Amino acid sequence: MTMMSYREAANQAVAEEMRRDDRVWALGEDLGRGGVFGQYKGLADEFGHDRIADTPISEACIMGAAVGAAMMGTRPIVEMRFSDFALCAVDELVNQAAKARYMFGGQTKVPMVVREPIGIWRSSAAQHSQSLEAWYTHVPGLVVVAPSSPADNKALLKASIRCDDPVVYMEHKALWDLEDDVSDSDAAGALGVAHHLRSGGDATVVTWSAMTHVCRQACDALADEGIEADLFDLRTLWPWDRDAVCQSVERTGRLLVVHEAVAVGGFGAEVAATVGETCFTSLKAPVRRLGAPRIPISYAPPLEDLARVTEQHICDAVRGLQ
Amino acid sequence: MSSEISMEAPLQAVPRNLDVDRFLRHHLTMRRIRAFEETAVSSLAEGLVKGAIHPSIGQEAAAAGVCGNMAADDILLSTHRGHGHTLAKGASPEAMMKELFGREGGTCGGKGGSMHIADFDVGMLGANGVVGANINIAAGAAHAIKLLGQDRLTVCIFGDGAVNRGPFLEGLNWAKVFDLPVLFVCEDNRYSATTVTGSVTAGGGPADRAASLGLAAETVDGNDIAAVDAVAREHLDAVRSGAGPRFLHVVTYRLTGHTAVDPAAYRPDGEADAEWLNDPIGRCEALLTAHGVDAARLQAQSDRARDEIVLAYQAAKDAPWPADAKAFEDVQDLGAEPFASYRPGDGR
Repeated sequence: MTMMSYREAANQAVAEEMRRDDRVWALGEDLGRGGVFGQYKGLADEFGHDRIADTPISEACIMGAAVGAAMMGTRPIVEMRFSDFALCAVDELVNQAAKARYMFGGQTKVPMVVREPIGIWRSSAAQHSQSLEAWYTHVPGLVVVAPSSPADNKALLKASIRCDDPVVYMEHKALWDLEDDVSDSDAAGALGVAHHLRSGGDATVVTWSAMTHVCRQACDALADEGIEADLFDLRTLWPWDRDAVCQSVERTGRLLVVHEAVAVGGFGAEVAATVGETCFTSLKAPVRRLGAPRIPISYAPPLEDLARVTEQHICDAVRGLQ
Repeated sequence: MSSEISMEAPLQAVPRNLDVDRFLRHHLTMRRIRAFEETAVSSLAEGLVKGAIHPSIGQEAAAAGVCGNMAADDILLSTHRGHGHTLAKGASPEAMMKELFGREGGTCGGKGGSMHIADFDVGMLGANGVVGANINIAAGAAHAIKLLGQDRLTVCIFGDGAVNRGPFLEGLNWAKVFDLPVLFVCEDNRYSATTVTGSVTAGGGPADRAASLGLAAETVDGNDIAAVDAVAREHLDAVRSGAGPRFLHVVTYRLTGHTAVDPAAYRPDGEADAEWLNDPIGRCEALLTAHGVDAARLQAQSDRARDEIVLAYQAAKDAPWPADAKAFEDVQDLGAEPFASYRPGDGR
């Protein structure tokens, strides 16, 4: 184990996979100087500027070129800088990357990782703060990953690079400096497996990405009141760990889903609907969701904060389920 | 509209020392494309072709002259109007017809149809249902060729409508700054769906735009197979020798509507009739005739192409539908829904 940041963990994952497989390369804006968040720092020195490619500000071509390069047998890592900018490349991701294997009848796969930093961070406002993970879970062909810890950011990024499907890999901008123990192992993590963070019989709490940390604090506070929550970080949103969640709800009879994204049409709705369909007879209370109100993210900190789900919201919601 | 070839086609300047065998091959390719598409159009009327098809009737010289000069392992990206390119690159007309009919044994197992025909075995990495989308993909394919140090090139064919989409700028700029082995070919049939492209396009045209990004660009009469052949070879050779990306503007005319069911009533009266006199197949036949090829030989090639497509049609008609389970295959490795567990409305 080594203590390192979420940023360093990702950097190490890319470096290890590039050493392991010379078909892996990365392309995006400013990567040669380390990337906008420093997550590629030093990689161009080791791997050169052909494999850590500085591109023009051409999101559609970054994504589209990766599709072509993946079909030719390379394994590109696409850096979109902010997930909001990936919207300039939706055709290339949704119509091309996600569809090529299927519509060409299995003649090709499109192994590429699309890194899209998400989330509310330091007054970044409406075009640099979104969490649009639910959109991508809706698209057949895509895998969607949203790691919450340094350990997962290493293990799951490695797994995503080794995956033959196009993976939308959403790191949270507020987590870059988060430090924790990270395995020194070269092993890839398991995509599609939730992280069971704490055990309890009074309610199931399901979350992912940065909200994992807020939920953990809330669950600790609730434990002081004698309410023990069963907490899951999904880590992967497609495929998501339905079995872990449903088995927990069958024990607790109560479900709260928490995410930073807008609540309406968020992935929490999918989790809630699935639990409603498959665990109805186990439920002792209505399923609850917590997400952002349906407003763009503001610049002014007091207004930005109004879009956040807080520890208090989570505690109130779990208490309300009892 | 008639598909008969007019023998009144204007004679172009007759090149000396014409490689007759070479142009007989181009002629056969064009005849094969024409027969394929005429059969596809009539099969749509029969209800055998299920979705939209976009014929390239009148544009066959671009396909033959460009794709017919590519090496077997060169990479091709095409468009929604891509039957001709795909055939000229070497795909099987039978597998293509099965694909248009949505049958088992189609190039994509019946899951793609006309707009998504691909045949990776012949280096054809896909038609595309989105105008201009293949430009960025082609840049990436060429980028991979460079990264992998391979000795081959990419050809990306798109229509005149694509020059007004963002990928035209992004992909050409990308290819130039990374110095990639790709030949971009704008196959200009003068219509963006049902709108005259010139009426919605600013500036000096596709070649001017490409030249502004530093690509060597040339405009050629796309109905003159000899001209397309010569210019395509020159530019393919240059790209292959490491000259970086190049651009070819091939000016032709779409003799049909946008799709097989579009009567193209928006065209001025007489426009298409006049253009039939400029049919690239008629011009090719006139060229070969001027070089001593007799009419019987040309007719034999035409018959051979027709017979081949009749066989493709019959095989496609006789082929079964794909098995239902195929709908669930090749979605993705992780998180794919198995056919066996599918129940309509089960929320998955």
